[in-house]
Amino acid sequence: MGRKNIVALIAMVVIIIGVQLLSQWCGKAFYLTQLTMSAYYSLVIVGLCLVMGYAGQISLGHAGFFAIGGYVSAVLTTHNLVQYSDLTLIRFMGKCGLLVAGHDLYGSALLIFQPWCACILAVLLTILIAFAIGIPVLKLKGHYLAMATLGFGTIIYRIALASKVFGEADGISEVPGFTLLPGLEVSGSFSARIANYYIACGILLIGIMLLLNLINSRMGRALRAIHGSDEAAEAMGVNIGRYKLYTFVISAVFAAIAGIFLTHYNGGIGPSEAGIMKSVRYVAIVAVGGMASIWGSLLMGIALNFMSLRGMFGSYDDLVFGSILIGIMLFAPEGILGIHLWKQLKSLCSAGKPPAERPEEEDR
Amino acid sequence: MTPLLDVQALNKSFGGLQAVSDVSFSVKRGMIKAVIGPNGAGKTTLFNLISGSLPVNSGKIIFNNKQIQGLPPHKIAALGMSRTFQNIKMFSRMTALENVMIGRHTQSRAGFWAGMLNLPGTWEEEKQIRAKSMELLELLEIAEFAETEATSLAFGQQRAVELARALASEPSILLLDEPAAGLNIYETAELARLITQIRDYGITILLVEHDMSLVMDISDEIVVLSFGRKLVEDIPQKIQTNNEVIQIYLGDGDA
Amino acid sequence: MTPELFTQYLFAGVTYGIIYAIVAIGFNIIYNTTGIINFAQGEFVMLGGMFAISFNHFLPLPIAIACSVMVTMVIGALIEMVFIRWLEKPSVLRLIIITIGISILTREAALHFWGDTVRALPYFIGNEITSVKILGTNISPQVLWVIGTCSVIVGLLSLFYKFTFLGQEMRACAANRVAATLCGINTKNMVTLSFMLSAGIGALAGCVVSPITYTEYDSGTGLAIKGFTVAIIGGLGNSMAAVAAGLLLGIIESFSISIVPLAFQDAISIAILLIILFVRPHGIFGSSEAAGLKEF
Repeated sequence: MGRKNIVALIAMVVIIIGVQLLSQWCGKAFYLTQLTMSAYYSLVIVGLCLVMGYAGQISLGHAGFFAIGGYVSAVLTTHNLVQYSDLTLIRFMGKCGLLVAGHDLYGSALLIFQPWCACILAVLLTILIAFAIGIPVLKLKGHYLAMATLGFGTIIYRIALASKVFGEADGISEVPGFTLLPGLEVSGSFSARIANYYIACGILLIGIMLLLNLINSRMGRALRAIHGSDEAAEAMGVNIGRYKLYTFVISAVFAAIAGIFLTHYNGGIGPSEAGIMKSVRYVAIVAVGGMASIWGSLLMGIALNFMSLRGMFGSYDDLVFGSILIGIMLFAPEGILGIHLWKQLKSLCSAGKPPAERPEEEDR
Repeated sequence: MTPLLDVQALNKSFGGLQAVSDVSFSVKRGMIKAVIGPNGAGKTTLFNLISGSLPVNSGKIIFNNKQIQGLPPHKIAALGMSRTFQNIKMFSRMTALENVMIGRHTQSRAGFWAGMLNLPGTWEEEKQIRAKSMELLELLEIAEFAETEATSLAFGQQRAVELARALASEPSILLLDEPAAGLNIYETAELARLITQIRDYGITILLVEHDMSLVMDISDEIVVLSFGRKLVEDIPQKIQTNNEVIQIYLGDGDA
Repeated sequence: MTPELFTQYLFAGVTYGIIYAIVAIGFNIIYNTTGIINFAQGEFVMLGGMFAISFNHFLPLPIAIACSVMVTMVIGALIEMVFIRWLEKPSVLRLIIITIGISILTREAALHFWGDTVRALPYFIGNEITSVKILGTNISPQVLWVIGTCSVIVGLLSLFYKFTFLGQEMRACAANRVAATLCGINTKNMVTLSFMLSAGIGALAGCVVSPITYTEYDSGTGLAIKGFTVAIIGGLGNSMAAVAAGLLLGIIESFSISIVPLAFQDAISIAILLIILFVRPHGIFGSSEAAGLKEF
C-alpha cells in the first residue's frame, strides 16, 4: 500500500479517537452526530473520487445511488408485510430468518425484513442498476456523459418524489435501527451516539483501505494508465470499457452503503438525498480535494460536510458549494491539495534561481 | 512455414479519402520488416489497423494463425502483439518504472477483488512484475530513472521507456512506429543495435520509419507504400535500385 | 378522447414544445460557436421572466419585457467574460463543471434576490379566463403569443445567420475557429455575442411563457434538461431540427398525461433523453461524424 498511506491511515485512526475524546472533554459531544453523518457522506465522495480521478468519468448522478441504497433499505424495513403473511413466499422468507416480527408503535403486529437482509438486497439492486446504467452511459464522452448521469440522478429523484411507496415528498421515516452485531446497532438513539460514531468511521476506514489497495494494485495501475493515455493503455492489453464499468459499479456500491447506513442512523430518508444539488455537492468536493486524491477528497468531504451540517453556511449552503465548484474549476482544476498548486508554489520560490535549477513546469 | 503476420487486401477509407487501398504483405517469424513511403502514404493508418485501434473497411489480418481484424486492441495485445507510438504516449503522473509495469498487464492476473483486498496471492505477482520491469529498464540502460515521472524525462529516454514498456508484455511481434524520429545519428545507431538485439531474442519486428539509413541497415525486407497502395515488397538492395520507389521520393526528373 | 381534449393536449404540447425548442436553439448557438454546452441556458429563460415581472411593477408591459431581454443579454455577456473568456484551452470536463456552477450561482442569486415565491407576468391580452375558439376548442390567446413570438424568433435567427454579415461571421466561427481568426474575425467577441444572443432569445421566451407556466427561481433546471434533450434529438447544432424535435417532445409529454400520472411526467422526457443518448447520440437528424465534440 505504500508507507505514506499506512502512516496516513494510522494518523486517521488516532485523529478519530482523539476527536471523540476531545468532544467529550469539551462537552460538545453533540458534534459527533454531524461527524458521523459527514463520515457517511465522505464514503460517497471517496468512491466518486475513484470514478472521476482514476477512471476519468464525471458522474452528476451519484446521489441517485445513495438514494437507491437508502430508500430500498428503508422500504424493506418499514413496509409492513403482515397483510401478505399468508403468501407462500412470505412464509418461506420468514422460515429462512429473513423477516422479523414485532410490534409497531401502536401495538399491532409488524412483519418487516431483517435489516441485514434489507441491506444486502439494497446493495444487490444497486449493483444491478449500476451495471445496467453503466454499460451504455460509459460509452459516452464529455457532455453526453455528464448529461446522461445527470438524467439518471434526476430520474431517481423524480421516482422517489412521485411514488407513494417511497413516501413522495415526505420520504420514509421511522426506519428502525440496524443491528450489525449483538450489541452494536446503527441508529439515532442517544445512548448509541459514540458507538455509531465509531461504526461510521470504521466503515469509512475500511472503504478507504479498499480503495488505496486498489489504486496501488495492478488494476489501479491500469486505471491510472487509462487516465494517462487510453490509446496506449489499450495497446498494452487494458480492457478500458470493462475496467471503467467495474470502477463505476464499485463507487455506486460505496454510495449505496453510505445511503443505507445513514438512513438507519437518521431513522429516515427524503427525496432531497437524490437531488441534483447533492450530486453536484459530491462533485464539487471531489474537485476541491484534487480529482485523483483519495485523502484530499476525504479531508474536504469531512470538513465541508461538517460545516454544512452544523449550519455554518446558513441558507447559502448551495451557493457555497456552487461557488467552490466554479472557483476550483477556474483557478485550480487540480484541486487545492493537487500537485499543480504545489508545483506552482515551488516554481514561485525558485523564480530567483538560475534557469538550470528551476524545476520543470508541469504540462497541463 | 506460415508467416507470423499476414495482411490481406486491407482497405480503409475516411469519408472520401482512401487511406489504405488493397494492401497485402506478410511478415515471417524472426524477421525485421520495414514499411516505408512518403508522408501521407498511410503507414500509421496501416499500423492502427493492424493493432486494432482502427476498424478495417475490408480485408483480413491473420496473426499467429488467428484472424484479428475487428478485435479490440486489448485482445490483440493479449495475443502477443505490442507496439510503440509515433508521438510517444507515455502515461502521465506515473514513474518510468510504473509505465513499464503496465506493459506486464497481459502477463499478470490480479483482478479487482484481489486488488482491493490486497490478497497475499498478489504479493508475489507484484514482486515479479516489478522485478521484470526493472530488468527491462536496465537492459535499455535507463534504470536510474525508474522512480522519475515519465513525462519529465528527455525525449530519447522516453523513447527507451516506451520500448521497455512494449517489451514487457513478452510479445511475439513488436510494431515500432517511427522509433528513430527525433534521434540523432548516434542514438539511431544505438537504436539499430537494440532492434537487432530484440530480434535475436526471438521477437519479430515490423517498423514504420523515415530514416533510410536505419531501414536499409537492419531490415530483412521492405514494403513501400504510396498513396495508400503497396508499390513494391522486396529486399533492401532491390528497393534501393527500384525506379518507382526513387520516383515517389524524389519526384519526376522532368518536373 | 374527445376532439376537444385532443386539441387541448395538442396545443399544450406545441406551446411547451416550442419553448423547449427555443432553449435548444440557445444551446445550439453557443455550442456551434464554442463547442460548450451551457448548462445555465435554462436560467436565461428564468431570468427573462423574473426581470420582466419586476420591471412590470413600474413600467408598462412591452417596455418591461424589452428591458428584461436587454438586461439578460448583458448578464449573458458578463457571464461569458467573467467565467469563460480568459480560460486557456480548458478541457471539456472543466467547462461542464464551470457552466454547472454558473447555473447554480444564478439560481441561488435569483433565490436570494426574489425569494422563492412563484410569480407570473400578467397575460398579454385579457386574463387567465379569456379564450379564443380554435378548431372547436377554447385556447388561451397567450398560447398564440408563445407560438407566434417563438416562430418569429426562429425566423429572424435564420435570416440573421443567412443574410447579415455578423451572422455569417458567427457561422464561420462555428465551422472553423482558427480559419475564422485568420480571416480577421474576432472570435473572442463572437463567443460573447453568441452568449448574448442565447440569453436574449431565452429571456424573450421566458417572458412570453410566464403567464402560463409561472416563473420561480428554479424553473431553469427542468427547462435546461428538456432543452438539452431536444437539442440532442435534433442533433447538436442543428437548430431547424431542434424545432421539430421540440414540438415532438412537447406533444409526447403532453399526451403522456393520459397514460402516466402527472408526477411522472418529467421522468418521461428524461427517459427519452437517456434512450437517445444510448441509442443514437447524434440525434435523429444528425450524422455520427458530426457528433464528435467540437474543440473549444
